[in-house]
Amino acid sequence: MMEVLPRRPAPIALPIGSDADLARVRQHVRLVATELGFGLVQQTKLVTAASELARNTLVHGGGGQAEITPLEEGHRTGLRLSFVDQGPGIRDVALAMTDGYSTGGGLGLGLSGAERLVHEFAIETGPGRGTTVTAVAWVTGVPAPRSGAGPRRPGAR
Amino acid sequence: MRVSEHDAAHEAAAQRVTDFLRRRREQIAQRWADAPLFRTVFTVSRDEAVEACKAVVDALAEVAADGRLEDISAPGFAAVRDQLGRTAASRARTGSSPAQIADEVAGLRAPVTELLRGEFADPSAPEAHEAVLTLAVLMGTLRLVVMETALDAGEELIERQRLQLMEVATPVIQLWDGIVAVPLIGTLDSARSQVVMESLLEAIVDQRAEYAILDITGVPTVDSLVAQHLMKTVAAARLMGAECIVSGIRPAIAQTIVHLGIDLGSVVTRAGLADALAYALGRQGIVVPGRPAAGASRS
Amino acid sequence: MTVPSPGPPSPVPVLALGDILLVTLPGELHDATAEQLQQDITERIARSGATGVVIDISGVDIVDSYLGRVLAEIARTAALLAARTVLAGMRPAVAITLVELGLTLTGLTTALDVDRAMRLLSDPVVERPEAVDRTEGSP
Repeated sequence: MMEVLPRRPAPIALPIGSDADLARVRQHVRLVATELGFGLVQQTKLVTAASELARNTLVHGGGGQAEITPLEEGHRTGLRLSFVDQGPGIRDVALAMTDGYSTGGGLGLGLSGAERLVHEFAIETGPGRGTTVTAVAWVTGVPAPRSGAGPRRPGAR
Repeated sequence: MRVSEHDAAHEAAAQRVTDFLRRRREQIAQRWADAPLFRTVFTVSRDEAVEACKAVVDALAEVAADGRLEDISAPGFAAVRDQLGRTAASRARTGSSPAQIADEVAGLRAPVTELLRGEFADPSAPEAHEAVLTLAVLMGTLRLVVMETALDAGEELIERQRLQLMEVATPVIQLWDGIVAVPLIGTLDSARSQVVMESLLEAIVDQRAEYAILDITGVPTVDSLVAQHLMKTVAAARLMGAECIVSGIRPAIAQTIVHLGIDLGSVVTRAGLADALAYALGRQGIVVPGRPAAGASRS
Repeated sequence: MTVPSPGPPSPVPVLALGDILLVTLPGELHDATAEQLQQDITERIARSGATGVVIDISGVDIVDSYLGRVLAEIARTAALLAARTVLAGMRPAVAITLVELGLTLTGLTTALDVDRAMRLLSDPVVERPEAVDRTEGSP
């Protein structure tokens, strides 16, 4: 990294219009999550959730944009990911949230799976009104795993 | 609902207090540095205490200048939270209660009030009263802010200790080449099982372990949530290429699992840790002659 | 902010080691690249008569449901062509996330690293009948 980033990264909006954009969204989410102090597992969950939701925006919403917003609330640090499209909207949110329900040829785990990867999750939609999916995760204090009361520990991984 | 005349008087008083705080910054800080709140934290350097006090005075001046005397969310207090928060946190760590800390903050009021009174030729004049009252309100708000910060710090402390305990309580042990085990002791909640899962998976990578034993002998109860956590750990280990064995299922827990209708499905289970180890060794082609504990094993 | 631009997706190379195809996935995989890989592997198996495929994902940062589906489909397609697929080196964070996501890839054989994956494929005795049998049957 060439520059020292500010303590709290600024909100970022990224377009979602292609495969390459999905990759860019993943990279940005990873970068910001790392910057905010999310642990590796949480980073991975966030990036995965972002990937699912961004693909949703691309496939079902006909593209749109991703907003990555760092949050600070008292002692908590968090990250909000919003995915906004002007597509047809979701007719039945409860149905779309069901595991295995898919209209896009995927595994149908996009929305429901992403919800399980974050702390807060909301969908704003309606037929013809487009869709905004918002996911929030907070940095949890779960300590980084320290392995090994084992007799030997290979030093590097 | 204030009459505008009152408002003007309030504003004038706030302005007067602001000016006072800015002008007498040095003196106030010098006096506060000797107050218990700061003295007990900055034991090494008095200069540091004075600097810390100045930061608080500046913050109060900013809040007064904004006229947000009673607003604990005034931006000016951010610096106080930062400064006194650290102070309060270090006090909380050494065992001071938030009430004690709040008392010490209250103790800051007298020296500064005395200084303020001295500003007026006639300390009984209405402006003097108004200014002292304004300062009292401001100091009261400061106390609330500190109290709040101290409570947060206390909660943080508890949280940190809880996490430390969790980490201590979940060691991953290498039993054999390629076999690791976690003896779980105590209640498994979500946060703890997260730690267990991460520690175990990291150990699988570190030790190149193809077998991981989760021993639940020390887990008092297994409800569907605990079972779910176990299943998740087993599934994650499998994705990495390791096999998990759950051992130490006491008869009572076995019954609970059946009663609750929990399906441990594809999970390999064994009665005791020794049985699980024997199973893992067997899978690696190592034959163990004789069973470790007589009677304890029927597989 | 300096985020390296993802760059144009280049195809993932498929190496042949005897009867086994080895594929090392890069850290970041575009959807189209993954789809292309699926085709490449299928064609290579058909052409070379490979009996095993090892997919090394130790460098992969995340597996989402899309990549998960592609991997599962590669395994199923390979199985139709009589080749076994082993997924090697999944990172702990990725495994935890996949489980949380609800994707346990039960039909796939896994190994800690490429080395063990190769051994698994070369020595049928080392295969884990228990893990595979029990999970594949469940709904």
